[in-house]
Amino acid sequence: MFLINCPFCGERDQSEFSSGGEAHIVRPKQPTELSDDQWAEFLFMRKNIKGVQFERWNHSHGCRKWFNVVRDTSNDKIHSVYKMGEKPPVK
Amino acid sequence: MSDLRVHKTKYINETKRVSFKYDGKNYFGYEGDTLASALLANGVHLIGRSFKYHRPRGIMTCGSEEPNAICQISDKNDLTEPNVRATELEIYDGLEAFSQNCWPNVKFDIGGINNLISPLIPAGFYYKTFMWPKSFWKKIYEPLIRMSAGLGKSPTEPDPDIYDHKYVHYDVLVIGGGLSGIISAKIAAKSNLKTLLVDDKKTLGGSTIYQSNDSFKIDDQHSSKWLEKEINEISEIENLTVKTRTSIAAYHGYNYLLARENLTDHLSIKDKKDKIRQRLWKIRAKKVIVATGSIERPLVFNNNDRPGILLSNSINKYLDYYGVACGTNIILFTNNDSAYETAISLHKKGIKNLIVDLRKNSQSEIAKQAQNLGIKIYFNHVVTNTFGYRKINSVELMELSDDGNTTIGNKIKLNCDCLGISGGWTPMVHMHTQSGGKLDFKNDDQVFIPKEIDNDQISVGACNGDFDLETIIDKTVNKINIFLEINNQDYKNTKVGCSIEKEKRNIWLLPNKIPLGKTKCFIDFQNDSTAKDIKLALKEGFRSIEHVKRYTTTGMATDQGKLSNMHALGIIADTAGVKMGTLGTTTFRPPFTPLTFGTIVGRNVGKFFEVVRKTSIHDWHVDNKAKFENVGQWKRPWYYPKNGETMHDAVQRESKAARDSAGILDASTLGKIDIQGTDASEFLNRIYTNAWSKLSIGKCRYGLMLNEDGMVYDDGVTTRLAENHYLMTTTTGGAANVLGKLEDYLQTEWPELDVYLTSVTDHYSTASVCGPNSKKIINKIFPELDLNDEDFPHMSFKNTKLDNINCRVMRISFTGELSYEINIESKYGKSLWEKCINAGQEFNITPYGTETMHLLRAEKGFIIVGQDTDGTMTPSDLQMDWIVSKKKYDFIGKRSLYRSDTIREDRKQLVGLLTDDPKEILEEGAQIVSDTNTKPIDMLGHVTSSYFSPNLNKSIALAVVRSGKNMKGQKLIIPMKNKNINVTVSDTIFLDKENKRLNA
Repeated sequence: MFLINCPFCGERDQSEFSSGGEAHIVRPKQPTELSDDQWAEFLFMRKNIKGVQFERWNHSHGCRKWFNVVRDTSNDKIHSVYKMGEKPPVK
Repeated sequence: MSDLRVHKTKYINETKRVSFKYDGKNYFGYEGDTLASALLANGVHLIGRSFKYHRPRGIMTCGSEEPNAICQISDKNDLTEPNVRATELEIYDGLEAFSQNCWPNVKFDIGGINNLISPLIPAGFYYKTFMWPKSFWKKIYEPLIRMSAGLGKSPTEPDPDIYDHKYVHYDVLVIGGGLSGIISAKIAAKSNLKTLLVDDKKTLGGSTIYQSNDSFKIDDQHSSKWLEKEINEISEIENLTVKTRTSIAAYHGYNYLLARENLTDHLSIKDKKDKIRQRLWKIRAKKVIVATGSIERPLVFNNNDRPGILLSNSINKYLDYYGVACGTNIILFTNNDSAYETAISLHKKGIKNLIVDLRKNSQSEIAKQAQNLGIKIYFNHVVTNTFGYRKINSVELMELSDDGNTTIGNKIKLNCDCLGISGGWTPMVHMHTQSGGKLDFKNDDQVFIPKEIDNDQISVGACNGDFDLETIIDKTVNKINIFLEINNQDYKNTKVGCSIEKEKRNIWLLPNKIPLGKTKCFIDFQNDSTAKDIKLALKEGFRSIEHVKRYTTTGMATDQGKLSNMHALGIIADTAGVKMGTLGTTTFRPPFTPLTFGTIVGRNVGKFFEVVRKTSIHDWHVDNKAKFENVGQWKRPWYYPKNGETMHDAVQRESKAARDSAGILDASTLGKIDIQGTDASEFLNRIYTNAWSKLSIGKCRYGLMLNEDGMVYDDGVTTRLAENHYLMTTTTGGAANVLGKLEDYLQTEWPELDVYLTSVTDHYSTASVCGPNSKKIINKIFPELDLNDEDFPHMSFKNTKLDNINCRVMRISFTGELSYEINIESKYGKSLWEKCINAGQEFNITPYGTETMHLLRAEKGFIIVGQDTDGTMTPSDLQMDWIVSKKKYDFIGKRSLYRSDTIREDRKQLVGLLTDDPKEILEEGAQIVSDTNTKPIDMLGHVTSSYFSPNLNKSIALAVVRSGKNMKGQKLIIPMKNKNINVTVSDTIFLDKENKRLNA
C-alpha cells in the first residue's frame, strides 16, 4: 500500500486515491480531422512499462483533485508528484 | 507432576492447573503450557493423521512451523476453528481440541489404507487419474475429491467473537523479540525513536531465553540470564511499545504491515467472554528491523515422520522452557552442533541420549563438552530407517561413505522412544521477501539470506544468516547504528564467549540401500510429499520450482512449507545437477500464519458490512410493506405487495394503476449534479451528444452521455434553472462515476472552462407522480401553480412553494404517462410524499417500485443504461440516432461513432421481441438464434428486458440482436432447456407511439 504525497493535501494512504492510467495523453483538439488510426492511437494505446512511468492519480476520497505521479512500476517507488498542467520532471 | 515433567521452569506456573480435553479425553497441564507441551507431558505424541496417506503423526516442532500437530478447536458450529497449531495454542480451562483428518479416530483410521496403496497414488495422481472418462467427473470424481479434500472442518455459523482494527505509526518497528530483536529495539528506543517490538510468543527472548549451556556466555553469565536482564530493562523505556502474542501477517510495500494480536485465545472460556478476541494492527513504520530468527530443518530419510520424531531444538525447548521430557531414551540425529546443546541439556536432567552425526567429526567446544560428559556419538553415521507404528521404538543406523553418497558397513539397530533430528537452520526470510526483497544463497550454511534492498528495512540476527552468538551481537549492533544513523555505545564492551561450529556437512536426501521408490522420505509432512515425488516430477519434465511445487503440492499446506521448501529445492538442484542459488525459491506470500476471516473484517460485520443509503421517504416504504431492492448502496422500494400478493401480481396491479389513474415513485436516488458557471452550456455541449446552447431557461432535455470510445455511458434529464445554472440527473448507479468523469474533463482537458460541479443527490428528495390523474393531484397540492399545457408543457419546470418551502416541479416522464417530478429539500421529502398520497387518495394513487418502473418504461421502449446496454452499445445500436447532433463540431465520443468498427452494419442492435404465445414471458439473458439445426449454433444476441405487460395484455421484451435494425417482422428462436420459444422482431416502442399520453 503506497503512501502518496497529494500536492494539495500531503501524504495520504493509497486507499484514498484512484489511478487514472498513463499521464500526458492530450485529447486531440480536432478529433474529426483524424484518421481512424490516429484516433485509435489516442483512444487505445497506453504504455505498460516495467520501470519509471508517468501516471494520473485522483485524490478521490480527499480533495478530488487530479495530479500526476512518477512511479517506478518495478518497485512501486514514487519519485515525484506534480499538479496538472505542470511540466513533468526530467527522468 | 507427571513423570515427564522433569523439572521446574519459571515459564510454567505449577500452582495453576489447567484442565482441557483432547479427543474427548480429560487432561491437565499448567498455566504457561501450549497444547503441545501439555500433551507431551501427558505422554501423548500421536496427534493426527497425515493428509494423503493417513499416516500417524506426532508433534514435531514447538512453533509456527508445525506441520503435523494441527487440530480442530471446539465442536461448536460457530466457534470451531480448524488447523490450529497445538505448538502455538496456549491451553486454558475448558479447551476442547480434536485431531483432524482421521475417521473414526486417530488410533484407528480407515483412511490409513491409503498408506498401503501409496504406490498407486504418486505425485500428480489427481491430474493423471481424473482426466477420463469425461462423464465420470460430475457424479463420481468431483464428490469424491470434495469429500477427501481439506484438513479440518469450517464453522457453519457466523463467528460470534469480536475483532478489532487499529492503525498505528512508528519510527521503528522491530519484528521478533529474540536476542537481536531486543538489542535492536533497545538501541532504537533509547535513541529517541518511537519503537514497536512485536513477538508471536507469549514471552520475549526467542531461543536464547532457555539457553543455559556453559559454552554460551555473555558478560560471564549464561546468555539466558543476560537476556533476561535486557528484557527487564526495556520494559522501563518510555518510547518502546512491546506487543507479545502478536505476529506479523503481511509485510506490504512502503513499510505497511499487518499484525495479528491475540488477546483472549489463552484465557479460560469464562474470561474470554465479551472481550475482543484478536486485534489487527495496521502499522506504518518509517523503518523496519526484521529479527525473525531461524527455524530448524528436518533431515530427509526413510520413515522420518513417525510420532516421537521431533526437531532436536524443539526437544530442548520442551525440556528447558516447559520442563517436559519428550522421551526417556532419546537419539539425536544431526548434521550440526546445535543438537549437542540438546544432548547436554538432556544429560544434565538425567535423560538417556546419544548422538548420530552425519559429520566425520566436530572439533567445537560444545562437541568436546558432550564427549567429556560421556555422551555416545556416532560420527559419520546416518539413520536409514525408523520403526514403530503409532510411536517410534527404534532406529537403524549405517556408516556413511566418504563422499556421503552411499551407506557402508553393517546396520546398527538402536532402541529409543524419541528421535530428535536437526538438518541445520533456515533463516526466516518471509518478511524480507514479502516486502519485495530478493535473496542470496550462502553456500557455507546452505541457506538463503536477504539481499539488502533499501534504506528503510534491514534484517539482523539469525534471519540474516548469522548463527553464532558473537556474530549476532556484533553485527546487529553495528548494522543498527548505521541503519538508524546513530552512535550507540551500550554494547561496546559486551563480552561474548561461544562455541563456534567448525565442521559442516549437508546432504539434502540421505543415502539408503533401499531403492528410493520403496522408501517414504518425507519432505512436506503436512501434504505428504516425499523425495520420490519430487524426483518423479523432475523425471516427467518439470523444471521450474514453481511447477514442481504445484505438481507435488510441496509447500502448499497450511504451514506453507516452512520446513519443506529448502529440501525440495536441494533435491531438485542435486537431481538436475545445478547450483542451489540458481534455482530461485518459491514465492513467500502473506499471511505468514493463517488468519481467521474475523480478524481481517474486524468490526465491519452485520450492519456495518456495507454503507446503506436510504431516502428520506424510506420509513414510509417500510411502514407500507415495500420489498426493497439494492441499487448500488441505495435501498429502493422494489414493489409493494398487498394481501400476500406475489411479486408478479403486485407489479401487474401497480403498472395498471399507474396507466389507468395515478402512480407515485420515490425517485430520490437518481443522481443529481448542480452545474453552474458561465461556461455551463458549453460544457454540456461537450459531454452530451445533443445540443444544449439553445435550451431555454425553465426547460428540460434528455441527454445521452458517451465514453470517448463512443459507447453509451449514462443518460438523464437536465434542466436549465437559470442562464448559467443547470441541474443534471444521472442514473442511480452511475451518479458517482458521472461526477468523477465530469470533474476529470474539467480539471485535465478543459481547465479553462468556468464550470462548478456539486453533487446534490442527497440534498433533494423526489416524488414522481404519473398517470392520467396526476395533473389533478398536483393541482390539489399546488393550487397556485398553473398547470395548463401551454404554460407548463412536457419537458419544462417551475419553481413553486409547498407551505413556504421551495420546490421544483418538472414535467418529465420515464413511464410515458403524463408525469410530474417534485424536488424538495430532503428533510421535507417524507411530508411531501405523504401530501401526494393524501391528495391522490380519491384517485387511488398507487405507490410503485423499481420493478413497475422498469415495466412501464419498457412498454414505452425507454432504455435503462446498464440493463439494455453493456458498454458495447452506441446510440445508433440503440436506434437513437435522433439524439446525436450532426452539427456539433465535437463532443465526448463523437469521433468514435464513425470508426470502421462502430459503423459496421452487423453490430448488435436493440430491438423489440414479441412472443408468438403472448402469455410466454422470456427470460432476461436468454440467447437468441435463428437456426437450431446447423451446429455450432450461431448466437445472434440476447434478451435484455422482459415483462408481461398488463396494459397490453401480452408479453414484451427488449433484446440486442446482430443486425437487428433490419429484422423487423422476422421470426427468431429462443432455445430454452426444455423447448424452443418462437418470437417475432418488433419495434422497441410497444405502447403509445404518438405520445398522446405524455401530452394528455
